[in-house]
Amino acid sequence: MTAPRAALPTPAHDLRSWGEIGLERRHANERRIGYLLVGASAVSILTTIGIVAVLVFESIGFFAEVSVWEFLTGTRWTPLFESKSFGVLPLLMGSLLVAGGAALVALPIGLASAIYLSEYARDGVRRVLKPVLEVLAGIPTVVYGYFALLYVTPLLRVVWPDADIFNAASACIVMGIMIVPLVSSLSEDAMSAVPRTLREGAYALGATRFEVATRTVVPAALSGIIASFLLAISRAIGETMIVTIAAGATPQMTLNPLRSVQTMTAYIAQTSMGELPHGTVEYRTIFAVGLTLFFVTLLVNIVSGVVLRRYREVYE
Amino acid sequence: MTEPVNDGVTTTSGPSTLNPGRAAALHVRPTFAGLRATPADAGASSARATPPHPAAQRDPSRFAPRIAQRRLIASGFAALCLFATLIGVVVLAALLIDIFRDGAGRLSWSMLTGFPSRFADRAGIGPALAGSAWVLFLTTMLAFPLGVGTAIWLEEYAPNNRWRRLIEMNIANLAGVPSIVYGILGLALFVRVMSLGRSLMAAALTLALLILPVIIIASQEAIKAVPRTIRLGAYALGATRWETIKHQILPMALPGIMTGTILALSRAIGEAAPVILVGALGFVAFIPTSPLDQYTVLPFQIFNWVSRPQTAFHEVAAAASIVLLVLLLSMSAVAIWLRNKYTRRS
Repeated sequence: MTAPRAALPTPAHDLRSWGEIGLERRHANERRIGYLLVGASAVSILTTIGIVAVLVFESIGFFAEVSVWEFLTGTRWTPLFESKSFGVLPLLMGSLLVAGGAALVALPIGLASAIYLSEYARDGVRRVLKPVLEVLAGIPTVVYGYFALLYVTPLLRVVWPDADIFNAASACIVMGIMIVPLVSSLSEDAMSAVPRTLREGAYALGATRFEVATRTVVPAALSGIIASFLLAISRAIGETMIVTIAAGATPQMTLNPLRSVQTMTAYIAQTSMGELPHGTVEYRTIFAVGLTLFFVTLLVNIVSGVVLRRYREVYE
Repeated sequence: MTEPVNDGVTTTSGPSTLNPGRAAALHVRPTFAGLRATPADAGASSARATPPHPAAQRDPSRFAPRIAQRRLIASGFAALCLFATLIGVVVLAALLIDIFRDGAGRLSWSMLTGFPSRFADRAGIGPALAGSAWVLFLTTMLAFPLGVGTAIWLEEYAPNNRWRRLIEMNIANLAGVPSIVYGILGLALFVRVMSLGRSLMAAALTLALLILPVIIIASQEAIKAVPRTIRLGAYALGATRWETIKHQILPMALPGIMTGTILALSRAIGEAAPVILVGALGFVAFIPTSPLDQYTVLPFQIFNWVSRPQTAFHEVAAAASIVLLVLLLSMSAVAIWLRNKYTRRS
């Protein structure tokens, strides 16, 4: 639409411009806008490059002093102690323990919620439940951390009095609840995409609603459901505040959820709060652990994307 | 909840019309033991008896409809799913009640405007609120134009080639990068290399990059939803590409873009992990007045107080959490209102 920028020139005054109102100016403007927009979209590419460059650059400095082998296979992580050890496995183990525990909580609850919302709930119920789940997803993680440390942990210690004050279990439970909305909304989307005709075919064969849900809808939506599981796990691995507040700061190789552990994210957060002199090997541990975290989450995300694309059932 | 079990044999239509079809679908003949369970049916089907299917002879129970049992499982499963959904609701309620019980008593005007203190009963969130407001403003200024610009370029300008797919894949992957990794980027790039130090600007830049993918994806969806005919009409009237976008597409896509942007910004305001790395302070005794000032933000202040052993500080943390939750919920309420107000038009 050519907005009335200026008064139209009268034909008698300038015949030529009647047909091409500021055309050259408009085209020049068009080119400038094009460059601006390309510039804007370059920022996202530069962000990725920036992340990788920063992590790799500082990690190279780190691995000049610590061998990659020690980092990847060492079972002691004590970079700030007198006798330093740089084995990342305890941190990795902590992350996997917490993420695994969160998945145990979130996957069944999220999938069952998705089945309920997609197959059972009437419209009125959905209109209430979906916003509630959205609110759950919007609560800041630091508030979840508060809840884990000061509400869930005391409850756990009633049942298991020997649990540590900072323990993995409370973080698992709360983080599990935090990622339920992610699982349920993505799984529900996948199930809603299953055509009605498949359900009706199953009902026509005499299936109950349970059989339709578990033997027709879930298998048909399986790629989407598994992708949502993987995304939720990757979110749990990358979550920082809940574990920093509630899971403790003790890097150790344990599978006991009642003990205090330290995840990769919690290590990064807790270490960067102290004043670490720039350029020391302690400072660079943040980047080496960050690189490991980046790779682990990227890997899970990529697998999730592949599952979604390769195994998707396409219906007309 | 009524279970739509189509058990055929108990319906009013005669077995001769309904059973054969159903049985054929099950690959068995209509006379095996299980189906004869209903007395009304027994006489009719035995009149045209055929020998049972071999598999049914070996193990008749395999083909029994077991309707009562299956109905029981079905309603049990329904109850289980409802129960699972309610877990989320119950935990949300427990969380809100817990926070309010701990913190409501500490809410006061002097707490909202006061400065942090060594003494929990005097501690306030004034600088944290001001810092969050600054970060909200700066992050919006940075992320909104960049995000919408990228979305416009991807949807309206970019040729549909490998380069465009690469950028889209890159954005999807960026959306999955943990927020603390953005914090590491901010620490190295903005705090050190650009020597912004522990400033509001460093935090805003970091958070802007963090939410950029969310804004881009939401804006793309909104722009995609504008009908093609609008574009064609504008071009037919002689508008250039940018004129079409500026006067037609953006006004129509704006509600969707705004909704996505507000939700993304509420994420930025609630994040604590990245600002830990870009140097928020736990004790700020002044209100920041320029983007290069030192700062704290609400989530970080909460984290700082939660990490202390004294219960009195936990109460201040709960009170600050109430403020943060009210802030975020009102932002989401605006976003949802916008979405509902304008979805009817499309």
